[in-house]
Amino acid sequence: MSELSSLFGFGSVGWGGQLVAGLSMTVRLAVVAFATGMALGMVGAWAKLSRSRALRVTADLYTTFVRGVPEILIVLLLFYGGASALRQLMEAFGHTGPVEINAFIAGFLALGFVNGAYSTEVFRGAILAVPKGQIEAAHAIGMSGPLVFRRVLFPQMMRYALPGLGNLWLIMLKDTALVSVIGLSDLLRAGYIAAGSTRKPFTFYIAVAVLFLVLTVVSMIAFYVIERRVSRGVRRG
Amino acid sequence: MDLDFLWSILPRLLDGAAVTVVILTQAVIYGFILAVPMALARASHRATLWMPAYGFIFFFRGTPLLVQMFLIYYGLSQFGEIRASIVWPVLREAYWCAVIALTLNTTGYTAEILRSAIQAVPRGEVEAAKALGMSRALILRRIILPKAFRQALPAYVNEIVFLMKGSAVVFTITVVDLMGAANLIRARSFRVYEPLLAAAALYLILTLVITRFFAVLEDRLNPDRRAPAAAAPQLAGSSNRAPD
Repeated sequence: MSELSSLFGFGSVGWGGQLVAGLSMTVRLAVVAFATGMALGMVGAWAKLSRSRALRVTADLYTTFVRGVPEILIVLLLFYGGASALRQLMEAFGHTGPVEINAFIAGFLALGFVNGAYSTEVFRGAILAVPKGQIEAAHAIGMSGPLVFRRVLFPQMMRYALPGLGNLWLIMLKDTALVSVIGLSDLLRAGYIAAGSTRKPFTFYIAVAVLFLVLTVVSMIAFYVIERRVSRGVRRG
Repeated sequence: MDLDFLWSILPRLLDGAAVTVVILTQAVIYGFILAVPMALARASHRATLWMPAYGFIFFFRGTPLLVQMFLIYYGLSQFGEIRASIVWPVLREAYWCAVIALTLNTTGYTAEILRSAIQAVPRGEVEAAKALGMSRALILRRIILPKAFRQALPAYVNEIVFLMKGSAVVFTITVVDLMGAANLIRARSFRVYEPLLAAAALYLILTLVITRFFAVLEDRLNPDRRAPAAAAPQLAGSSNRAPD
């Protein structure tokens, strides 16, 4: 037991503090990336359901690209590609030297971009599940477009979207581990560093895995509670 | 975009793509073989069967593939017993650790897909088979599994595409797959867009090949769902035509 406490203890000897800091970074990244993805998904669903052919084709290209290309490739593309584009931009303004973009920013943009494609499909299905007559009725009594969205469409579609969003959140939590590859000090990176300096890789990767499982279970419970709450006006069975 | 450069790196990218295809094929085959008994155990009512299966599926679906791979590649070396055992020559190789991690990961996801398909087999069909005097093994082989496989196929194709995308993380443990090849070219040539975008295009092609292949398979497996062939000529317009 004393060995365990020296490995996972807080303070100057153990790695507990680093793991908790990594965990907090993982959650923050997941939250920011998920919010980005939801916003993109809303725009994507709107584009897919729009009357404009150009918008529909663009949205289809977006979702097809993301569904067929590895997440890690998109992360690297944004990280190195972003740095390269930024360097060219800076050189145009006379600044020379190495440019590196922040791993957190590249990470949440990449994961948000990926998540946005999947949530596009979730929102598209949810919007289609709201009876059309309700939208027409809202327009007929003189509600403006944004008001129809806020009062009629959004509250109802979110109920249909929630199970899909719950799944996407769980996928997002796991995908954050990819950002450790570009050096973000997330949970996996903390485990990697601890594993390297203590020469106890199994112990620390299991600890990382267990913390991911805890995040998963807590999220599942939270989504269960939210789902029950938003469905409280709906008869079951 | 530098087309000459793109052309010059294509052979290395294709070598990487071949590694991706081989790793993926191995993981899909081994994973499927493991997933069938895992799904049956998970669907069982006996606690000694479903509880371990539940734990396995929960672990491999609830943690990132990258963590699972690190656990196998870096983690297992912590134990002297493993380093001294006969499996060490396999576990020392990054390639085999990648295959093992992908296999166990897809076993978890596939078992869950198969479990829900097994439980969706209509009870009446199983009861009818029992009434005919079929043994449990025969019912499994002739009724439950064929029905479950067909039912599970669309979700399974999704899983294979996800696994292919997930397999790109093997480059982090030095396996030179498609992602690995692209990343090596990027690091050596200081060019970002050509190798990464070309790799993205190749991944898209792989996705297309997988989904096409399984669309054909699904059609083959479900002859009943096919539109009737043109064998029966329609008596077109016969009702409209005035009798001669």
